[in-house]
Amino acid sequence: MSDETLGSGQSSVPQSSARQTANDTGEVIRSEPATALARFFDSDIWYSFTRSPVTIVAALLVLIILVASAFAPWLSPQDPFNPATLNLLDGFTPPMEANQFTGSVYWLGTDDQGRDIFSTILYGSRISLFVGVSAVLLAMIIGIVLGLVAGYRGGWADTIIMRIADVQLTFPSILIALLVFGIVRGIVPPDMRNDVAIWILIVSIALSDWVQYARTVRGATLVERNKEYVQAARVIGVKPFPIMMKHVLPNVMGPVLVIATIGLALAIIAEATLSFLGVGMPKTTPSLGTLINTGQDFLFSGEWWILLFPALTLLILALSVNLLGDWLRDALNPKLR
Amino acid sequence: MALLEINGLSVSYPGRKGEFIAVDHADVTIEPGQIVGVVGESGAGKSTIGNAIMGLLEPPGQISTGSITLKGARIDALDADAMRGLRGRDISIIMQDPLTALNPLYTVERQLVETIEFHSKLSENAGRQKAIELLDAVGIPDPSVRIKHYPHQFSGGMRQRVVIALALSTEPSLIIADEPTTALDVSIQAQILDLIKGLVRERQVGVMLITHDMGVIAETTDHVVVMKDGVIVEQGLTPQVLGSPSHPYSRGLIASVPRADVRVHRFASLQAGGKGGSSLPKIDVATHWIGQVGAQNETTSDAPVVEVRNLDVKFQTVRSLLPSKRRYMTAANKVSFGIKPGEVFGIVGESGSGKSTVAKVIAGLLEPSSGHVLLDGRDLSAPRDEVERQVQRQAIQMVFQDPYSSLNPRMRVRDIVAEPILLHNLATSKDEVESIVTDLLGLVGLPKEAGERYPHAFSGGQRQRISIARALATRPRFLICDEPTSALDVSIQAQVLNLLKDLQETLDLTMLFISHDLPVMRQMCDRIGVMYHGTMVELAETEKLFTQPQHEHTQTLMSLMPKLDILSSEGVEVAA
Repeated sequence: MSDETLGSGQSSVPQSSARQTANDTGEVIRSEPATALARFFDSDIWYSFTRSPVTIVAALLVLIILVASAFAPWLSPQDPFNPATLNLLDGFTPPMEANQFTGSVYWLGTDDQGRDIFSTILYGSRISLFVGVSAVLLAMIIGIVLGLVAGYRGGWADTIIMRIADVQLTFPSILIALLVFGIVRGIVPPDMRNDVAIWILIVSIALSDWVQYARTVRGATLVERNKEYVQAARVIGVKPFPIMMKHVLPNVMGPVLVIATIGLALAIIAEATLSFLGVGMPKTTPSLGTLINTGQDFLFSGEWWILLFPALTLLILALSVNLLGDWLRDALNPKLR
Repeated sequence: MALLEINGLSVSYPGRKGEFIAVDHADVTIEPGQIVGVVGESGAGKSTIGNAIMGLLEPPGQISTGSITLKGARIDALDADAMRGLRGRDISIIMQDPLTALNPLYTVERQLVETIEFHSKLSENAGRQKAIELLDAVGIPDPSVRIKHYPHQFSGGMRQRVVIALALSTEPSLIIADEPTTALDVSIQAQILDLIKGLVRERQVGVMLITHDMGVIAETTDHVVVMKDGVIVEQGLTPQVLGSPSHPYSRGLIASVPRADVRVHRFASLQAGGKGGSSLPKIDVATHWIGQVGAQNETTSDAPVVEVRNLDVKFQTVRSLLPSKRRYMTAANKVSFGIKPGEVFGIVGESGSGKSTVAKVIAGLLEPSSGHVLLDGRDLSAPRDEVERQVQRQAIQMVFQDPYSSLNPRMRVRDIVAEPILLHNLATSKDEVESIVTDLLGLVGLPKEAGERYPHAFSGGQRQRISIARALATRPRFLICDEPTSALDVSIQAQVLNLLKDLQETLDLTMLFISHDLPVMRQMCDRIGVMYHGTMVELAETEKLFTQPQHEHTQTLMSLMPKLDILSSEGVEVAA
């Protein structure tokens, strides 16, 4: 890395008047790469990423699942949601074996309806990832806003928000999600239930999960708001809301990103749990959890592949995301290691 | 035979972008009973030498060449176990922060007696007897009672005395004191240094005293080592090095030390030939944006710009719904003063004297419990009118103490400086904002390109310049500087103080300057108020305060200033 010495020596500083005092300081301003991409590849984060083989493997796996589910309609051999493409005679075909009636071969076998397991996994991961990411984003927004207000304002706002969070923490989060899911489903007219199921799922997971974001942001905000740059903004006359958004928020995002990554794995599992319990995604548009739910009916009758492959996908996805989260935590805070 | 001999010592830290050499071929010798000072600015490698001697280098740091010999035996290649034994018995350490050097969970007795027993195989009773004697020797009153106390029951200075007792408890032959008085107030610093000096003579212990403070060096050491960027540039007997330094770096360093005895025109710059007249770029204040302050500045009378009347600030220390159960701590008690246009008013005091509290109230960061702050005769706390409040905010700006936390690390420097301009609508177009930011950066001595960088690319002194540029961006008439240079190295401090002086003259600013450092105050202020336990005990013209201090506390502060008479006067221009 070349260290250009700004403002020292005879470097050609355009402002000739400014140069003299710059000489006076005799100090060097550290240079950095110009573009954001180059800065990223120069950063310690990227360096620590390239030095961790486990993380690289995890990132690759997540990437593969992301790409595969994003391009599911093009990659999957069959559209499992279109009854016209299904043949009931194909039902219960074991993996890599020819079907006894039709002679079709499926990589991962088929379920009772004759749906290709590989295709349902691609479509199912799509729904699982969408629900997981959306739920985490929503939980993050709720948690960040409430945490910022609680931490920056303090006083009664802090007391009310954090007591609500404390009360919520006394219930298991899956219970909260079930509760929210049940209430919202009760309000929605029956004929719309299957269409809005995915949104209800997102909201119920987010509402069960915002507390940890709020707590983290509040703690970090308490530290940041006493730093002198926040005081300087107050002296300049910046209002509380812009201070929170422009000055405090960017400086508390580090830990939030870490728990968001780990939270993504938890949200995906929460979705799978709810769907497995039969209160999540309907069987017509199955997520990974719904597929596992379907599969367990056939586990003891010998059709093991219907359960195993969706479950394995869920395991790999959750584990990889978790490993990424662990690495991010270590990379952002090397002292924890 | 010398007690400690360091020959050609190099310490390096292999890193991602090549090897960083923290110490480069250093030679130091310490005799029994001698105090050797190691002085230098931050990053000079002075603490690294101390850590290398004790085998406490943080990995991946390592000794790459050279040897360390203690009483004739090599100690630089010892394994961890042998080093640990040596560290307690032969080498002791006194750290900067007395708060973290003692275990808060154990009584002083337990910590002292345990150490003595471990190293000297005395019985518990004999150990306790010795511990009490040591506490007595370091000047702790009632040692047999105080030994039962926990560290939090001691004040900062007393705690440092306990740490010294702990360091002496194993009868070491060498003590490494790394900035032992930096965390303490001046009055306590003097006592601790006297104590170390006396004990060293009496017990014939060698001391390596690591510090950035020339005053400490001048008062305490026999021999001084001046370091810069890992290299020893000069060493010799203290009076000789400080009185007639031969290396240009030591000469510049000594000339940068603020003088308490005379008022200088400008601080000498460390760069050879870089001294002399104002280094501000030529900006015509009459026509430039920075000079176009609102109409209310027209008053040319001598009426105070800022006036503080009977200011009381109390912090609630015990919260309760019942008013009778609440407890308060008084941070400021009936403080009153006025600051005339163009004046630099100083407030001096030790930590906890309430000087920063007063600054925060004037800046609007704290609400006073009672009393008033007036700007141009108008009460600052009275108007709830947002428009007027914003105008007042614009007139009063502040430069903060800690350059590492006073800039938002996620904002580019140009956005940091532009924020006040945009907020108060002080420019008509984007181009104008940009050119004002460039001019402001130039005004504080930073190149235009600095605006594109984030704060982490800058050193402490440069950050403080950015902080000043931001404060000037509202075109304030009144600037509060709260310990603006206490976190900076002495040569950088000289530059920033010169800059503040120049800006004050050029822009005709009125200033409130807060510091604990009397020599700095003498150079910067026209009038000084002395604060003590929340009360302003004396207020006088600077020269009068220094020559005829009236209040008892002021006299104590004056007598405790480090004596810098032996410092070379070369390169110091005395003000007319």
